[in-house]
Amino acid sequence: MSAATTTAATTTVTDDARISLRAHLRHTGALVRRNLLWIRQDPESMADALLMPVIFTLLFVFVFGGSIGQALGGGQDRYVQYVIPGMIAMMSMTLSQGVGTGFSQDFNSGVMDRFRSLPIGRGSVLFAKISVELLRMLFATTVLMIVSVAVGFDITNWPGLFAAVALSTAFASSIMWVFLTLGVIMKNAQSVQAMGFLVLFPLQFGSSIFAPTTSMPGWLQAFTDYNPLSTLADAARGLMVGGPVAHDLWVTLGWSVAITAVMAPIAIHKFRTKS
Amino acid sequence: MTRIDTRTGGAAVTVRGLVKHYGETKALDGVDLNVREGTVMGVLGPNGAGKTTLVRILSTLLKADSGQATVAGYDVARQPRQLRRVIGLTGQYASVDEKLPGWENLYMIGRLLDLARKEARTRADELLERFSLTEAAKRPASTYSGGMRRRLDLAASMIGRPAVLFLDEPTTGLDPRTRNEVWDEVKAMVGDGVTVLLTTQYMEEAEQLASELTVVDRGKVVADGRIDDLKAKVGGRTLRIRPADALQLRPLAGYLDGLGITGLATTTVDGDTGTLLVPILSDEQLTAVVGALTARGVTLASITTELPSLDEVFLSLTGHRASVPQDTAPVDDREEVAV
Repeated sequence: MSAATTTAATTTVTDDARISLRAHLRHTGALVRRNLLWIRQDPESMADALLMPVIFTLLFVFVFGGSIGQALGGGQDRYVQYVIPGMIAMMSMTLSQGVGTGFSQDFNSGVMDRFRSLPIGRGSVLFAKISVELLRMLFATTVLMIVSVAVGFDITNWPGLFAAVALSTAFASSIMWVFLTLGVIMKNAQSVQAMGFLVLFPLQFGSSIFAPTTSMPGWLQAFTDYNPLSTLADAARGLMVGGPVAHDLWVTLGWSVAITAVMAPIAIHKFRTKS
Repeated sequence: MTRIDTRTGGAAVTVRGLVKHYGETKALDGVDLNVREGTVMGVLGPNGAGKTTLVRILSTLLKADSGQATVAGYDVARQPRQLRRVIGLTGQYASVDEKLPGWENLYMIGRLLDLARKEARTRADELLERFSLTEAAKRPASTYSGGMRRRLDLAASMIGRPAVLFLDEPTTGLDPRTRNEVWDEVKAMVGDGVTVLLTTQYMEEAEQLASELTVVDRGKVVADGRIDDLKAKVGGRTLRIRPADALQLRPLAGYLDGLGITGLATTTVDGDTGTLLVPILSDEQLTAVVGALTARGVTLASITTELPSLDEVFLSLTGHRASVPQDTAPVDDREEVAV
C-alpha cells in the first residue's frame, strides 16, 4: 500500500513520513532545552560534575601525590603533572554514565512513551541527551583544570590541552553507547549506576591514570597495557605535558571506533525495539 | 479536515484480528473493533484483559504479532509517523516530564509537533488556561496533585489538536472528586469533535463518557454495542443496603444468596461503609430482596441502587468471574507503571 492512496485528502499536515533535517534539529533543540531545564530545576544533579573533579584531585594529589611523586623522581609537584591529564580521562568516563541513568529514568517514568508516540525521530531523543551530557563533561573538565592549576599544574601547551580534552570526549562518546545500552536494558537507574561502577572501577584503577604501571605485577600490566583508559591517559599526558603521543593516540582512537562500531548498533536496536 | 480512508467507511479506528502474545500469555487474541468518527468508545475489562496492549499497539508503541489496525486512515504498522501526527495519548503511562514545569512540558511537546515557537507558546498558555493550570504553570509537575497531573496529561495530548485520542484508564487511582474533574474535561474534549478510545475498569466511567462499549476479557472481545443495549443485556444493577446493625452483614449476605432471588454475582460485604452489595437483575428482585430482609426482621438504614459492578457485567456476558478483582492496584498488563 502506498502512502498516497490513503492520505491524499490530508490538508493540514505534510504527509511526507520522512523528517527533514531542520525538523530533526528543531526536535533535538526542544529536547536539549528539556535536559537543561532539568539541571536548572535540580541543580544538585550538577554536584557530581562540580565536586568529583575537586575531591578526586585533592584526594589523589595530597594523599598519594608525595609518595608516587617520589617514585617518579620528584615530589608532589611531579605527581600533579602526572595525574591531571589522566583525571580528564577518568572524569569523562564517569560522567558518560549519565546517558544511561537518564534514559533509564525516562523509560521508567513513561516520558519515553510520550516521545515515542510523537512524530519525531528517535535519534533526536538520543542526540539531545548525548549533547547535554557532553556539555556537563566539558563543565567538569573546566572545573578540573581550575582546581589543577590551584594545586600547581602548569598549563604550558594550550593546543595540547584542547587536543587531550577532544580525545577524551571522543572516547567518552563511544563509551556512552555502552551506558545507553545499559540504560535501555537494565531495570532502573540504580542498577545502571551499579553496573556502570562495576565496569568502570576496574578499568579506571587498573590503568595508568593514577600511577605508572611499571611497578605492577606482570599479569596486571598485561591488562593495563590493553586498557583503553591507559592509552587515553598516556596520550593526554603526552599532549599536555610532553612525551610520546602517536602510539597511544592511535590505539585510543582505534578503541573508540571499535567500541562505537559494536555498541552503537546494539544500543540503537535495543532503543528502537524496547516496548 | 478529512483523513479518512474510504475503505474504512468513516471509522476513525478499525481493528481486525489483532494478536499479541507474550510467550504463553495471550495479551490480545484476535481483537476486532470499530470506533466511528466523533464518538467515544469505551473498552471495559479487568486488569490483564489486554486493554493497555491494545492502546499501545494503536499508538505505535508496540508492534502486533498479526492482524491489522488503522487510526484516522493510517495503518499502525506501515504509517506510524503520519499516524503519530493525528493522535493524542493520555493515561497510565504516556506521562509528562515530572521535573519540568507544566508550561515547559506543553511548550516542549508543541515544538516536537513542529509548531513555531510563538505558536507553541500560545498553545501552552491556552491549554493551561483551559485545564485550570495557569496558576501552576511555573511549578514542576512533580509538585502537582494527582488530578492536576492527569489534567496536564490531557492538555499534553491535546497540543496537536488530535483527531483521535486514546485515554488509557484516565481516572484509575484518583479520588472520586478528582475523577469527576477529569470526566468533565474529557466530556469537553469530546464536545470539540475528537474521537476517543477510552479504556476503563469501571462500568460507571464507561457509562459517563462512552456511547459505545467493547467488553474485553483475556485478550478477546466478549461483547460490544451501544451502552444502553449492553446494559439491557446485562440487565443488572447493584443494590447497596445498609442494615441498622452492621454486625449482621455477613450472615445476611449468606442468607440472601441462599434464597436465590438475586442476580448472577454473589452478594458482597463492604465493611468500610457497613453495607451489603446485592446484585439484582430486575425491579422484582429488588422488591423480593427488601421483602426477604423485612420478613427476617432486619431494620434497614438506607437503600440505594447503583450500576452493575464489573463483576456482574462479566458474569452475565462471559459466564465467569473477571480474572482479577477490580479494586486491585491501578496497573493493567505492564509490570511497571508510574502513576
